[in-house]
Amino acid sequence: MRVRAEERPGHIRTPFYIRGRVGWVEKVYGDFLNPESLAYGRDGLPKRTLYLVGFHQKEIWGQYRAGAQDKLYVDIYEHWLEPL
Amino acid sequence: MARRHHDLGGLPAGPVDRSEHQLSDWEILADAINQALGEKRIKRTDEMRRAREDMDSEVYRSLTYYERWIASLETILTEKKIFTREEIDRKVAEFEKQWGEP
Repeated sequence: MRVRAEERPGHIRTPFYIRGRVGWVEKVYGDFLNPESLAYGRDGLPKRTLYLVGFHQKEIWGQYRAGAQDKLYVDIYEHWLEPL
Repeated sequence: MARRHHDLGGLPAGPVDRSEHQLSDWEILADAINQALGEKRIKRTDEMRRAREDMDSEVYRSLTYYERWIASLETILTEKKIFTREEIDRKVAEFEKQWGEP
């Protein structure tokens, strides 16, 4: 799947460096109140599924010189992910 | 795609300072107040993050860690009408008079 390369104002939980990148779901954590709603004093509903998403380090960093198999894991909510 | 002032992942940052340092009394107090307000369900971590992210970038960069916390708490407490900006300013002026410049 791909992380949405969305530009959206306000509090978001998906870091800049991972937006638009392609990875795989490593694990499903479950459903949680949406922090992007809680950040504004709202109720955080509907709950959103949170995933542990894996990426290849060498694909994320242009200059990455360590192990070719090194991986990077990021917690990402479902509304930030899209199918390839 | 804009990178905001708190979102630094992947930027060159130089070596990490791993030295231990003593917290000041006001920093411990800032932490205590933050936790108490969380315990009373007055604010959430997500709101604190949003308040820090929305600060003026120059101000954000000029403040230390706990100074950012205090500024965020002020923002949230005034938003929720628990304090007014005037009440906070008045109290700060009182302290300045009593203790000198903070």
